[in-house]
Amino acid sequence: MEGLISLAVKAIFVENLALSFFLGMCTFIAVSKKISTAIGLGISVMIVQSITVPANNIILSYLLKPGALAWAGFPDIDLTFLGLISYIGVIAALVQILEMILDKYFPPLYNALGIFLPLITVNCAILGGSLFMVERDYNFAEATTYGLASGFGWALAIATMAGVREKLKYSDIPDGLQGLGITFITAGLMAMAFMCFSGVKL
Amino acid sequence: MSQTRKQLLTDPLVDNNPITLQVLGICSALAVTSSLNVAFVMSLAVIAVCGFSSLFISFLRHYIPNSIRIIVQMVIIASLVILVDQIIKAYAYEISKTLSVFVGLIITNCIVMGRAEAFAMKNKPFESFVDGVGNGLGYSLLLMSVGVIRELFGSGSLFGIMIFEPVSNGGWYVPNGLLLLPPSAFFIIGFIIWGVRTWKKSQVEAREYKIQTLEEH
Repeated sequence: MEGLISLAVKAIFVENLALSFFLGMCTFIAVSKKISTAIGLGISVMIVQSITVPANNIILSYLLKPGALAWAGFPDIDLTFLGLISYIGVIAALVQILEMILDKYFPPLYNALGIFLPLITVNCAILGGSLFMVERDYNFAEATTYGLASGFGWALAIATMAGVREKLKYSDIPDGLQGLGITFITAGLMAMAFMCFSGVKL
Repeated sequence: MSQTRKQLLTDPLVDNNPITLQVLGICSALAVTSSLNVAFVMSLAVIAVCGFSSLFISFLRHYIPNSIRIIVQMVIIASLVILVDQIIKAYAYEISKTLSVFVGLIITNCIVMGRAEAFAMKNKPFESFVDGVGNGLGYSLLLMSVGVIRELFGSGSLFGIMIFEPVSNGGWYVPNGLLLLPPSAFFIIGFIIWGVRTWKKSQVEAREYKIQTLEEH
């Protein structure tokens, strides 16, 4: 349990997907102009992330790993090279299913989050979360925690960024830096602030 | 005709750079730039994937049903990325360890998807290939410039060859550790954008609010 909490804290602050691995940067920059939309997108990422990482973990341990197909009578098969295509397939399918479920059973939520869901399939943070799960060899419990925590970390980062940018638009910025340039520099400063957490050990 | 092809190749370098102007594909770009070797391999990978995915998608453009085109594009791109990933693992194992998840993330790199969707679905195969390579080159140009700054000032070397002898080896240069950390990449890209937009005024974004000055009253 302590291991899981420490994993979660690490995934939210120290190894924040957006600010220390630059994942999901395209959407991070493009959709952080208003706090309300940023929070909507952040929540969608969190939901999708906490479903896809455990789902891909199951795919990995029962279908792809060397020896994972032993239950089907093929103990010698190693399908890890199919990893990338399976993970992206799972992500695309799950996002589609989630969209349909929300549309059918939770229309208000669908109206709020619907426009972000297609964006999420090509969000690097989602695929990145699954790939980190594979690289670090998480088990199912760790994968679930990591998915939830890393999604939360990303949501936190984009919401804060949107807050800063809402104030930033009133300031007098040199012409060339206007818009994109200053956003990058702000993101850099935020990344430095998040690095202060790296001393935290649980 | 050759004129337009040349334009397809050179336009994305500065005038229509995918990173500084279209804000695409920054995701994986920044984390791999702390050493030039790695940035170079990553650039080659992106150029290859971007060029060939545009080529193949353009070959198939009349046969892809519109409603499932994203999935078809994704499958083509993912297969190419798997190929590149396996090649890097086979011939440059050390670098593949440093690149870790970022080769896989080329799949979700918006440049590749963006070119497939915006150009390859509507144009002939050869033009699409040139366009893909051009955008890959635009990405590489930025990646390599950031890589040069970060490696030269962060560890005093280029491609692993010592240029400035650091103090720890008895030289004179005190390496700037900040440049090896993630935030520096944001600053460098921010400043590069500033530079490019001071040079090409047309890329400057309009202000949302204008500050009133006393003279105007």
